[in-house]
Amino acid sequence: MPTRTYADIEVEVDAEGFFTDPSTWQEGMAPEIAREAGVGELTDRHWQVIKFMRHQYEESGSGPTVRVLGKTSGVGIKELYQLFPRGPAKLAARIAGIPKPRGCI
Amino acid sequence: MPDQIEKVSIIISKGSLDEVYPGLIMANGARAEGIEANLFFTFFGLDAIHKARHEHIKLATVGNPGLHFATLLGGLPGVSSVMTHYINQKMARVDIPSIPELIEMIADSGAGLYACKASVDLFGLEKNDFIPQVSDIITVGKFYERAAGGQIIFT
Repeated sequence: MPTRTYADIEVEVDAEGFFTDPSTWQEGMAPEIAREAGVGELTDRHWQVIKFMRHQYEESGSGPTVRVLGKTSGVGIKELYQLFPRGPAKLAARIAGIPKPRGCI
Repeated sequence: MPDQIEKVSIIISKGSLDEVYPGLIMANGARAEGIEANLFFTFFGLDAIHKARHEHIKLATVGNPGLHFATLLGGLPGVSSVMTHYINQKMARVDIPSIPELIEMIADSGAGLYACKASVDLFGLEKNDFIPQVSDIITVGKFYERAAGGQIIFT
């Protein structure tokens, strides 16, 4: 398993950079993961999505898709793609330290 | 990873429900993966972006062996509507969005939606006949220009 070091803590990730053990994630790691994923500086709107993602994962065991995010996170689809141009659900999940959301839509 | 797909241009050329959905799902999925996507609607595929028609896309019940019932039956009046209603309900149950909602999502994701000029001329349509998410009516040549540097998928 590859490892990465965020906020001076070594964590295990999969080949695409998603945390294999979400419990090893801490909020302080998010800015570094975001930079690495090409998202840049995290704003309050980014955080709203990241926290929502994390919360959904803790509730249901999987991260929401872009469609679900657009409907329920309080951030619409257009803005989601502005915040995370290279794939909102995918990038927010990676930054939130949870596995890649599954689902085709 | 140099083998990654960076851009796709998807052509939707048919107007039945079972032939419109795949291209839309692939375009939406591409955007979700961070892949640049263009959608090009041509021939009867134009119905998917036609203001008056895009909410009424029907399942093909004739000449569709996948349905596993007699072609003769599929041609009876109302059968296509009933089957369309049935499959739409089935899709709603697994949370697949309707065609208009899916197209709106795709447009919001920043994908380009284009209508084929030859088909638009053929059917005597104009920009105003299409949903506002359609960015432009373009020629085949322009389509290839927009598609440059990516993969082209014909459906």
